[in-house]
Amino acid sequence: MSSAYAIEARRQLVGLFGIVERNVYLTKRYILWDLAFMVWTIANTLTIVFIARGLHLSPAKVNTAETALLVGATIWAFLGIIFEFMTEIVAWERWEGTIEYTFMAPLSRLAHLFGQGAFAVLYGLIRATILFFAVAAFIGLHMPGANYGAAFLLLALASLSFIGIGIMTSVLPLISPEKGAQLGFVAQGLMLVVSGVYYPVNVMPEWMQWLAKISPATYALRGDRASIIHGAGIAWADVWPLLIIAVLATPIGLAIFNRGERYAKKHGKLKRAG
Amino acid sequence: MSRLATSTSEIVARVGSETPAVEVRDLRKTFNRKDKKAGRFARKRPWPALADVTFSIARGECVAILGQNGSGKSTLVRLLSTLLINDGGEARIFGHDAFEETSTIRRLVNRVSVEASFFKKMSAAENLSYAARFYGMTPSQTRVAIPEILEQVGFPADRRNESMENLSRGMQQKVALARALLTSPVLLLLDEPTTGLDPRSKLEVQEFIRRVRQEHDATILLCTHDMNEAEMLADRIGLLDRGRLLFLEPVEDVKRRFGVETLEQAFFAATGREFEQDSDDEDDDEYREVFGG
Repeated sequence: MSSAYAIEARRQLVGLFGIVERNVYLTKRYILWDLAFMVWTIANTLTIVFIARGLHLSPAKVNTAETALLVGATIWAFLGIIFEFMTEIVAWERWEGTIEYTFMAPLSRLAHLFGQGAFAVLYGLIRATILFFAVAAFIGLHMPGANYGAAFLLLALASLSFIGIGIMTSVLPLISPEKGAQLGFVAQGLMLVVSGVYYPVNVMPEWMQWLAKISPATYALRGDRASIIHGAGIAWADVWPLLIIAVLATPIGLAIFNRGERYAKKHGKLKRAG
Repeated sequence: MSRLATSTSEIVARVGSETPAVEVRDLRKTFNRKDKKAGRFARKRPWPALADVTFSIARGECVAILGQNGSGKSTLVRLLSTLLINDGGEARIFGHDAFEETSTIRRLVNRVSVEASFFKKMSAAENLSYAARFYGMTPSQTRVAIPEILEQVGFPADRRNESMENLSRGMQQKVALARALLTSPVLLLLDEPTTGLDPRSKLEVQEFIRRVRQEHDATILLCTHDMNEAEMLADRIGLLDRGRLLFLEPVEDVKRRFGVETLEQAFFAATGREFEQDSDDEDDDEYREVFGG
């Protein structure tokens, strides 16, 4: 790599760091709101996990069912944060009025979107960890053989695919300033419903099971449940689909975003507030 | 380009010194707009925000484009700063195509707009750091550069870490100027930089623009509807009216051409209308909302 390209790559990394740094500043400013939202997430997760207690199963089976539901709810919350950060990358800057300054800066869209994704993953992993252990402690879950390291690593690996798909949804507010951000949450819900978020994939109709195969959440949920409930390590059967989806989703997401950006610039929608 | 340029000065040095800073030829931009008077369900129609605009700006020159609200000034600035895509014609900045070589253009251009747009919960220093990172400035560089530039614009040192939402409009606009200059642009686009400021802040900002011209090697395109400001700061003045550039020449030539003593009279002579800041036309931002839907 020539020095000019090395300098440019360094510039882009500094820009990517700038996005992460900005999100750290904003998170510090809104920390009390974050705590309030955390309480809501914990309460919401409890409403799901308590379902297992009403099933009249043996205590051991209730414990397993609660754990399986908790893994599903935690991944739902984690994915929610990633999609929120990715989908609102445009909406936030529109709201603050900074979007034109960001889009006229010499920062590549890859660095821009991955900066947002990197912060979303870090922040999401911290929140998911707090959520998981807070709920587990609250209801007294027993997970003696859990392999937390494998579960955490698999979720981090799945994040690459989630960011790629998040990039696809982040274009929605560029196309529809009014409703685009909400549509991002529709995408999140659709992905989880076919991925077996609170149930095994095989209970779904066959066509939904086929869709489950191309959803990264399927492998994250399956692998994490195996690690937490059975203490399993990372399975290659979960890793390779996640790698393939990540490799495909990121360039497709970028191409979609670039088309959306071009459309917004052609029609003067970049700065427009809903 | 055979090799990637590493700095703004290298990009500029690579083009011949006779190449103008800005060269715009037959530039067109059309939006689809609903006619408000035709009712809620009226069909959108194409409306030319810029119609065959042609001009050039020499290096180091300060050119003011005058125009009422909705005349196309902000559209012109957005086109030159890669925020809009043209419908026809061309624009070149230091020889680079503004619509094809966008990553190069973005290194050369910065902008101050009428709204000082910042993350309101973040401080002036944090907002400037955020903007500077996009231009490759590291934390060690901004630790030195930000206090310096804020001092230059007359921003009080003890308020650097205060949230933007607590700052006056004038203070925010000073931070906006600092943001634009922090990245050392060779073309500075000023879109109504003093609109809405109190008289004192307005004078301070105008004085700062004058100093930028003297001390930095920047070319300035100032879009304004303040005729005094244009006359005071610019080498040449252009009049943009309903998307058409009626003239662009030194102020004395304008007055001579129309046989008048003031720019207001020149506007009347050129358009047959009085120059009013608050015309019935919406400003460009509102136009975008109307057109964009």
